[in-house]
Amino acid sequence: MTVEVAGVRYPTPVMTASGCAAAGRELTPFLDLAAIGAVVTKSVMLDARSGRATPRMVETPSGMLNSIGLQGPGIDTFLADDLPWLVKQGAQPVVSIAGGSLGEYAELARRVGMAPGVAAVEVNISCPNVENRGLVFACDPFQAARVISATRRGIPKDIPVLAKLSPDVTDIVTVAEAVMEGGASGLSMVNTTLGLAIDPVTLRPALGGVTGGLSGPAIRPLALRCVWQVYAAMPEVPIIGIGGIRTGFDALEFLAAGASAVQVGTSTFHDPSSPARVADELRSELALRAAVSPREVVGVAHRPAGTSALRAEVSM
Amino acid sequence: MTVTYDPLQVSGRVLSNDRVGAYHHLTVVAPGIAERTRPGTFVAMAVGGEHTGMLLRRSFSIYRTRSSGVYGGTVEVVFAVAGKGTEWLAGLRGGDILDVIGPLGRPFTLPRQPVPCVLVGGGYGTAPLFGLADRLRERGCAVHMVLGAATETRLFGLLEARRTSQSVEVSTDDGSLGVRGQVTTVLPALLQRTGAPVVYACGPMAMLRAVAAVAEERGARSQCAVEEAMACGVGVCMTCVLPVRGDDGHVRMVRSCTDGPVFRGDRVLWDEVGTVPAGTVGAPGAGGQR
Repeated sequence: MTVEVAGVRYPTPVMTASGCAAAGRELTPFLDLAAIGAVVTKSVMLDARSGRATPRMVETPSGMLNSIGLQGPGIDTFLADDLPWLVKQGAQPVVSIAGGSLGEYAELARRVGMAPGVAAVEVNISCPNVENRGLVFACDPFQAARVISATRRGIPKDIPVLAKLSPDVTDIVTVAEAVMEGGASGLSMVNTTLGLAIDPVTLRPALGGVTGGLSGPAIRPLALRCVWQVYAAMPEVPIIGIGGIRTGFDALEFLAAGASAVQVGTSTFHDPSSPARVADELRSELALRAAVSPREVVGVAHRPAGTSALRAEVSM
Repeated sequence: MTVTYDPLQVSGRVLSNDRVGAYHHLTVVAPGIAERTRPGTFVAMAVGGEHTGMLLRRSFSIYRTRSSGVYGGTVEVVFAVAGKGTEWLAGLRGGDILDVIGPLGRPFTLPRQPVPCVLVGGGYGTAPLFGLADRLRERGCAVHMVLGAATETRLFGLLEARRTSQSVEVSTDDGSLGVRGQVTTVLPALLQRTGAPVVYACGPMAMLRAVAAVAEERGARSQCAVEEAMACGVGVCMTCVLPVRGDDGHVRMVRSCTDGPVFRGDRVLWDEVGTVPAGTVGAPGAGGQR
């Protein structure tokens, strides 16, 4: 089940998703961190962050809204405690970084770039740019590309830089092309999409932060569409599919649409063993279709009907 | 803070599910969890069945456990129907399968000396106090209980409290049973009478805040088990936070699942729960955090 994404090998194609696994430690009673694809850590910023006021989440149909506000200890604590711990566990750490300015991304990249054991860096660009009226980097192809090049410069060449894209854009292919131009080694697709819920008692926004990121199976078709569009435009670009993956078949859908690997996020809240379970189920899904490796199915959905030998042996 | 990572994820079989007053008392065969449970810890249950659209677990304090028996170890919880998830739980019948994770969180801290203790429960917040009372009695502590609720039918465990405690005081908002008022109407005199140096409490936030304040006025320690909305229960989602002052004097937004649910009452910034107090580690400057 090993896969290679942007030059790095992972034990399985199923990783945790940033913000849904902390830095891995809390999941150890439920799965073997060294056996899953990778531990994508919660986005870390330069300084400690308290995050936003509660309520920070609302359950929505087949999903949830969250408004955490990137609570975290800051890069120093992360590099001193969390990362070495993950490396010691034998896990593949994919470090997610988030910043409010180009300078902050550059500094984070420099620090993470010097740390041993980092498999890849994922750049959370769904953050407001404090130097540009708080406009989210991910929604502006030019700013998104600048963040990626600022990050790329600080990271050694053998460590891939993955740009995590927001689905809240008019044309995701334009953003994907821009960040690849900016030096990204691959794409993580997609982040949450912005949503809102109303509290039934107060008739005010249910979240302390008013709006929040919608995740879970509710956004799976949306995420799958984004992966499909970018793969169709740039089939050579490595893609990690993210969005409401809960079962092995969900993961298979993303591979077929063009992802080389996937991340399991919100499902981990429901079932903390999800990243391991989804990989097991994916193995069965592949076997059912007589696929030898996950690689075989990447992008098959784009082939004309009837040209793929990969068909389930049993009726679905 | 140190946390021991030993919870189990168990596919449990429902043994019984009974109505008790305004509440539901659910017993699940969940081998392994019972043996690990300490008073104050909780379980997180998946709701809605295999293909559910309700993704977030529902967390409940553990009422009782039995580590062995005909069916294997069982875990019992008490809950009120508050939405579709708990409605689903209330509809479970004997033999149904339920995904349970536990025990989670940090338990109540027990006194080293055999001192008298006051246990305060609001509504079904009384549930986790019975296991605690057992442990306290094993240590030679006299147990005094205060049960409070809005009205008589929302009290939980009154008979059990009367059977097992040295004394029981009851308060209801509407005066339908016991003293009309809140638990803090009777608490000061009880602390005075018993000389208890420690108060244990579980119930709604407003009650915990009031109990912590009374305890502090009387020079007693308080141990409060909080009820914060949790998505995962295991420490990865960061939604169940509240402002707590640490040993170093700094206020941090801490998770009630892994750093709690039991906190020292004098450490929680009760008045500012639901906010990020100024001066909290990593708090934003003007303009807030986006």
